[in-house]
Amino acid sequence: MANVLINAPKTARKGETIEVKALILHPMETGFRPGTNGTMIPRNIIQDFIATWNGIEIFRMRMSPAIAANPYVSFFTVASESGTIRFRWSGDNDFSAEGSVTVAVT
Amino acid sequence: MVFLASFAAAQGGAEDRRSGYQDMGAALQKMQDDDTANPAMLFVQAGEALWKQKAGASDKACADCHAAGSMKGVAARYPAFTPGSDRPVDLDGRINLCRTTQQKAPAFGPESQELLQLSAYLALQSRGLPIAPPDDARLTPVRAEGEQLFKGRQGQLNLSCADCHDDNAGKSLGGATIPQAHPTGYPIYRLEWQTLGSLKRRLRNCMIGMRAEPFAYDAPEYVALEAYLMQRAKGMTMDAPAVRP
Amino acid sequence: MSSLPTRRHFLVAAATVTVIPFAPALATPESLAAAIKEVVGEVEVRSGRVKLDIPPLIENGNAVPLTVSVESPMTDADHVKAIHVFNEKNPQPHVFNAWLGPRNGRAVVGTRIKLADTQKVVAIAETSTGQFWSASADVIVTIAACVEDVK
Repeated sequence: MANVLINAPKTARKGETIEVKALILHPMETGFRPGTNGTMIPRNIIQDFIATWNGIEIFRMRMSPAIAANPYVSFFTVASESGTIRFRWSGDNDFSAEGSVTVAVT
Repeated sequence: MVFLASFAAAQGGAEDRRSGYQDMGAALQKMQDDDTANPAMLFVQAGEALWKQKAGASDKACADCHAAGSMKGVAARYPAFTPGSDRPVDLDGRINLCRTTQQKAPAFGPESQELLQLSAYLALQSRGLPIAPPDDARLTPVRAEGEQLFKGRQGQLNLSCADCHDDNAGKSLGGATIPQAHPTGYPIYRLEWQTLGSLKRRLRNCMIGMRAEPFAYDAPEYVALEAYLMQRAKGMTMDAPAVRP
Repeated sequence: MSSLPTRRHFLVAAATVTVIPFAPALATPESLAAAIKEVVGEVEVRSGRVKLDIPPLIENGNAVPLTVSVESPMTDADHVKAIHVFNEKNPQPHVFNAWLGPRNGRAVVGTRIKLADTQKVVAIAETSTGQFWSASADVIVTIAACVEDVK
């Protein structure tokens, strides 16, 4: 299981704008840092972060090496109907991770 | 928010001692205070899973012996003497004693992810509590040894810990404020490391900075230094797992 | 351009806390200007509507919190389509691109970024009506006194 930490309200009123925050464990190695032997440590970053609500994309981010290690992303979304917000991270070296939260909309 | 208020209150008054938290700018304080943003919480979450996971020949999890909530205050107390050890151990050492004697599993390596995760999970349960070193006479010589190590010059720069953290704390070294070196927040998510690290790693860091050779990871000197630092910070509020620059 | 902030630089950054009007592309280093041009093309980038919250001074450039907020009704007809963030002095000018829509309700994105040095950060919002709005901020990055070798 990927080490991800997602925060979103468990319940929301229909039409309410809620904040969603997601953290994931990842080194975000820039490719611009020399290692102890003087050669560059190869780049290893997350490139894409995609959030969907019941399968429909609600947010997408393209990351660069300038995103801090253990990337944190926060954004807002309108609570449309009860369901699952699913998050997908993908990047270098076939990195791929998922996380999700459920929100009950009343 | 409750934590914030109590933390601020606990840090007020005529206290001359300052935690590293107080020396940070508002942006980093906010990063630490928000559990949904504090990157150390990733390690806490993993530590909680590890706490509940059965391990070793005993096939027991930490949670099988220790009831939920029973670890409150534990991280604020170590290093301490513990049954089964003739010398004091720090929290990481205590975790590993449980591993080897109770779970009958191999000890976690120094600075391993597992050890950091478990110690972060335990440290969080002491957040907001005062540092409370045990009232144990056997610790007196250990603390004295730690004090000597803290005040003794070492390394090619011929510096002592005290030169910076007692005599020049609050002043600037380069662009950074020299902290008083109170271990209120360990394990810390240090931005310089871009990950979580123990007090031991921080001490090694300082020794390398003084161009001294760090003690081996299992050296009793670290425990002595930690015992002294915890006594020196007695009563200060734990803010682990902290964020530091 | 010197990497050391002048006193005036610092006072301006400290006083305004977040926003310094976007300087014309001509005044920015070439790679930053080129990266911005890739996104905006020939369309005029206007200063305003975008708020860039980033500390004017940070103790370590490895994780600088940043929030971009854009004034927008976020309706089907008029919303922020994307937010692009750039920097001036990292090895590469790109920081991130985020794509949004009416379902976001508010055009606000937060993250943490790496800044290799004291420098300018630029945020540009692209609206569904084809406009580009921007804000920029100067961040002073102090270097940690005691660094540790890469493991």
